[in-house]
Amino acid sequence: MTLYILCFVLFLVGLYGVITKRDLIKIILSIGILGYAANLFLILVAYRHGAVYPILVENADRQAMVDPLPQALVLTSIVIELGITALLVALAVRLFQKYKTFDITKIRRLRG
Amino acid sequence: MNLPLFVIIPLFTAFLITLIAGKKDIWGVVLSLSATGALTVLAVIGFSRVSGETVIYEVGGWPAPIGIVMVLDALSAFMLIIVSGVAVTALLYSIQYIRHLSANWKYYALFMLMLSGMNGVIITGDLFNLYVFMEIALLAAFALVAYGSRAREFEAAFKYAIMGSVSSMLILIGIGVTYSATSTLTLAKVAQVLPEQPAQLIVWLAAFFLAGFGLKAAMVPFHAWLPDAHSSAPAPISSMLSGVLIKVLGIYVIIRLFFNVFNAPPVLLSVLTVLGIISIVAAGLVSILQWDLKRLLAYSSISQIGYILLGLGLGTPLAILGAVFHLFNHAVFKSLLFYNAGSIELSMGTRNLKSMGRLTERLPVTSGTSMIASLAISGIPPFNGFFSKLIIIMAAVAAGKFWLSALAIIGSVLTLAAVLKFQQYSRRRSVEVESTGETTGLAMNTAMLALALICIIGGCLLLPGIKEFTLEPVVNVISGKLQYIQLVLGRSL
Repeated sequence: MTLYILCFVLFLVGLYGVITKRDLIKIILSIGILGYAANLFLILVAYRHGAVYPILVENADRQAMVDPLPQALVLTSIVIELGITALLVALAVRLFQKYKTFDITKIRRLRG
Repeated sequence: MNLPLFVIIPLFTAFLITLIAGKKDIWGVVLSLSATGALTVLAVIGFSRVSGETVIYEVGGWPAPIGIVMVLDALSAFMLIIVSGVAVTALLYSIQYIRHLSANWKYYALFMLMLSGMNGVIITGDLFNLYVFMEIALLAAFALVAYGSRAREFEAAFKYAIMGSVSSMLILIGIGVTYSATSTLTLAKVAQVLPEQPAQLIVWLAAFFLAGFGLKAAMVPFHAWLPDAHSSAPAPISSMLSGVLIKVLGIYVIIRLFFNVFNAPPVLLSVLTVLGIISIVAAGLVSILQWDLKRLLAYSSISQIGYILLGLGLGTPLAILGAVFHLFNHAVFKSLLFYNAGSIELSMGTRNLKSMGRLTERLPVTSGTSMIASLAISGIPPFNGFFSKLIIIMAAVAAGKFWLSALAIIGSVLTLAAVLKFQQYSRRRSVEVESTGETTGLAMNTAMLALALICIIGGCLLLPGIKEFTLEPVVNVISGKLQYIQLVLGRSL
């Protein structure tokens, strides 16, 4: 249970960063933290106490195994987050070229 | 019916364009147009075959609860037709419109990538697969919003990408909760297992998914990204985003999850109703205040999404019929209005209503079609928007919720005021208007006229005899709720 609470705290840290930080790069890092929290949650869901890795070996005793599916999901979601982060960084670079700043309070041409 | 084709064709075309269109831009146009044309034909064939039965494709031959399934029922086929139909007109429109922006072929490749993501979301029957396809569509959409390469476009794209990522994380955690509670990710199997779980679980899942997909559908508390993103994108992309993307990633997924998986408990329906009515009135009011034409249209999109949510939230078959029909109609006339805005920007070099004028002399086709679209969106009788709004309001009255129907009528008046402002300012004769020397070509006019024609004859979908083959099967899928389990798992169990 403690692990789940800590995972939730990690999520809140990321959310706090996205909402309060003014620096584009720090916002991107906060999105990364949010992603880690989500992935950690999926891994925690799959975890079984005292279980072994999920590979069937011949002539070995059947034991409790951890659930392999969320681990496969996390691999996929890490790749997706890599793509999103790369795009965000590229956008941040182009924004810096246009506005000469990373401060979002100075990047405000759109209103509404 | 080979279901993976709906993903394979646009995905393959996207990579083919990057390979061979780098030297000659014309290949991008030819490939993407023929691919979307083929998709439209496939979707129509799929829809005509599917009424009554459901087509299942098991990826890799693994049956449903173990492997990933793709499901084509009347609802998904209906959405596929809307997506490919709007995509064809958007590509036709792009031929001339995109020419003045750089690197043509990248645009077409990204466009096809977005299309494959949306088609994937529509036909998949697996929750995590849906997430992956959604991210493909979103990634392409972020890049396309920034395509104009000016400061404000990057700003809008960054805002959209941040808010989209946060909502995606909420969805991912929702998927984790779903899996830990039900030990499966196949939507039909989740629906089968959920009733055995404690009742609060559905509320928790619905909270995650409503926040996640609600942001993608731009309901009012989650709408902040939409006016920026939709007004900054190039005109054909605005029409794809506003006409199709928010419906596929938002409304369609909410219908699928809330009706076919969660069995539409009354508390969720009342949440949808409240969000819908807030969206109608609040966004309608804000849209009148806008002076940027595309922002005005973007806010009016939020308001029209509110009508769809209201119809879904009422939950009676009549209201759902109205919601489905309004979903189709909004895709048509909002795309058309964004094309009109794009033509005006191309010819007069401005999106500001205060510096527009003399539309009728300058661009006769745009003037005529924008009048038709404006009347349709505000619900004036012979056009399609009238019928869908009328059905939703009648359903609200029939359900005994008079103040909801009153607010919906007020929202319709607000929409009328907003589009009349557009018509009024764009037709003024008293001002001198700058000209960029460009005018709309044949392809742009064809795209606009085709959509205007659908606006005029769209009401025919409700005629008895036609309704049974077009809208009724879709409504049956939605109001059939848990029959979805039987349709998907019935064959493979």
